[in-house]
Amino acid sequence: MTVMGMTGDEAVAHAAKQSNVDIVAAYPITPQTIIVERFSKYVADGEVQTGYICVESEHSALSACIGSSLTGARVFTATSSQGLALMHEMLYIASGLRLPIVMGVANRALSAPINIHGDHSDMMGSRDCGWIQIYVENAQEAYDWTIQAFKIAEDYEVQLPVSVNLDGFIITHCVEGVDVAEDDVVAKFLRTRKPLFKLDPQKPITVGALCFTDYYYEFKRQQVDALSHVNAVLNRVAKEYKSVTGRSYAILDTYGVEDAEAAVLCLGSTAGTAREVARKLRAQGKKVGVVKIWLYRPFPVDEIRAVLKSVKAVAVFDKAVSFGAQHGAFCSDVVSALHTGDKCPKIFNVIFGLGGRDIKPSDIELVFNQALETAKSGVVKEETVFLGVRE
Amino acid sequence: MSSDEKPGWKKLPMAATIAEPGSSLKYKTGDWRAFKPVVDEQKCVNCLLCWIYCPDSAIVRQEKWVTINYDYCKGCGICAQECPKQAIKMEEEQK
Repeated sequence: MTVMGMTGDEAVAHAAKQSNVDIVAAYPITPQTIIVERFSKYVADGEVQTGYICVESEHSALSACIGSSLTGARVFTATSSQGLALMHEMLYIASGLRLPIVMGVANRALSAPINIHGDHSDMMGSRDCGWIQIYVENAQEAYDWTIQAFKIAEDYEVQLPVSVNLDGFIITHCVEGVDVAEDDVVAKFLRTRKPLFKLDPQKPITVGALCFTDYYYEFKRQQVDALSHVNAVLNRVAKEYKSVTGRSYAILDTYGVEDAEAAVLCLGSTAGTAREVARKLRAQGKKVGVVKIWLYRPFPVDEIRAVLKSVKAVAVFDKAVSFGAQHGAFCSDVVSALHTGDKCPKIFNVIFGLGGRDIKPSDIELVFNQALETAKSGVVKEETVFLGVRE
Repeated sequence: MSSDEKPGWKKLPMAATIAEPGSSLKYKTGDWRAFKPVVDEQKCVNCLLCWIYCPDSAIVRQEKWVTINYDYCKGCGICAQECPKQAIKMEEEQK
């Protein structure tokens, strides 16, 4: 075990290096750039045997990843914001062809107006693309989840691409101590990818065949089925990862929800701040809790129902707007999961942090207090709170 | 729920992968045709411009004049358009 000082981006690059990736095809974009920049240095310095494909756009980057993955290679890329948007059509092709590509996504706002800072508009805008989507809280989690992502993606029951989402700047550029596993530990944990099928000139196959009205639907149904295996595979992978690193992961993480009257649900770095505030409020005797979702797609419906079964009020933090919808995407998912369950607490939505606007402990305390009030009165005062916007 | 005889999603290969190469030959696209190219053997000089232009490789080379493989000809009419001797006519399919 070695603790290294590194940014979230560097932690992802280091994880990709130790994962013995065969091919990286990428295009730089802030705040992801350091990931592929660092990886290109590994290649130039001969630290890895990886083929590095420089391309002219993110659309080409993911296209090259798709072609490479089809040959049976282990493939990694990274992007952000406009880059992810430019990849949009290829995202569906990667999942439709069932390719276990892993991609670091440094979450960043989408234009217009131009902004390079962190929010979840990019991945939330592509959330229906059929990829497994994981959100991390800090650099350590970025490192750990990148390694685990390969194992989940390449599992025979899954065979799907994974995006590892890290908040732009807050995680990507902040230096933290990261506990790094030894190279051989990661190599033994992951082993070499064994594809179910691959492109081979000696044994030609057809991929991406034409499927009209009589077949297309069946292949989409297969993708739904593949996603339904993810939870079990993730738990299995996390258990094995814990046995070799000592660090424990799951589908979601909770703090104080067992006896909480009010809880907040969040993704990514916000969870750390929310837990700190909850700790303070609980010391004052206020029954609050925090649920951090690691796995956002497939959405952990049963797990959320289970952890919130005795909570009376819930605030869901969305770092992206779903324009024209009743709620942000994350809140809509939570409402669907709880409303169709046995018991449904009162739920309200908190939109925050757009374009990288800071969320302060005092902001989160306001939300906790509003949630506690809702738990007591049973009345949602404000269905959507635009936290931290100037009126 | 479909009562179709085609296999259900559990029985189909993952991601529509086709392990047997060349299977597109089994997909006869000739029934897409609304107009059918008909070769006038008297006019055809066997110059093979149609054979070069045909996007479906549906022109068949013969000793003296070309013939059409109607299993795959989609009736696009490029052959008739390109023929320098106007030896190919597009006739409406009678279906």
